[in-house]
Amino acid sequence: MSLFNVFDIAGSGMSAQSTRLNTVSSNMANANNVSGNKDELYRAKNPVFATVMQDVKGNTQSSGVRVIRIEESTQEASRRYEPNNPLANEMGYVYQSNVNAMEEMANMISASRSYQNNVEIMNTAKQLMLATLKLGE
Amino acid sequence: MPINFDKALGSHEQALKIQARRASALSSNIVNADTPGYKARDIDFKQILNNSKGDMLAMTSTDSSHISTQGMGSMGMALKYRMPNQPSLDGNTVDLDMEKSAYAENAVRYQTSLRFLTGKFQGMMKAFRED
Repeated sequence: MSLFNVFDIAGSGMSAQSTRLNTVSSNMANANNVSGNKDELYRAKNPVFATVMQDVKGNTQSSGVRVIRIEESTQEASRRYEPNNPLANEMGYVYQSNVNAMEEMANMISASRSYQNNVEIMNTAKQLMLATLKLGE
Repeated sequence: MPINFDKALGSHEQALKIQARRASALSSNIVNADTPGYKARDIDFKQILNNSKGDMLAMTSTDSSHISTQGMGSMGMALKYRMPNQPSLDGNTVDLDMEKSAYAENAVRYQTSLRFLTGKFQGMMKAFRED
């Protein structure tokens, strides 16, 4: 029955969006991280979404979404001169993590809205299914 | 004379199936609103209903034990791609507002079909009772 698919689809969307919220919270928590070494620095992480394709009666159709990988931002980390910082390198510089707080906030709102959409879809599908169970009464 | 449910219920039963399929197609559009490169698809309701009503796909039965193909419309074939109203940079063609309104509309249509079916069943029950 197709209405059961809706639960799977909306569930996959909720899981993907919560992964996105997770990366946002991780990025925000580490936004002010500094390091003396460029390679040890925290870099902003972003999930990459992909459609799950399913074969139904010989033709492929989408059956949800999933996170295929988490990408690290390649944006250049900014450097500042802080010789008193215990993490500073021998030149006296620290590197600031490349998390952009504005981008993360926008990402968070978008993820939470999408999550709410998925919950709404699931609720509607549930109501339809319950109505179907009462058919004929 | 045996009661023929297909005749008694009319096309509402078919409509219900298609609307359930459409709910699934629309929900995957909404779920993939943030997926780069996703192309939104929808079901052409009219086309499938016509397919399932008409004899377009009906097979000739040469033996009484053959299973009837009546009403077995091509459910999967009518998934069509949407034309995007405005292009997006990542190739995604989901218009969230449109998909949401289509989903809501489809839910109401589903409930309408259910109501019609309930009416049919109640009519039959009335006919069965002797009082």
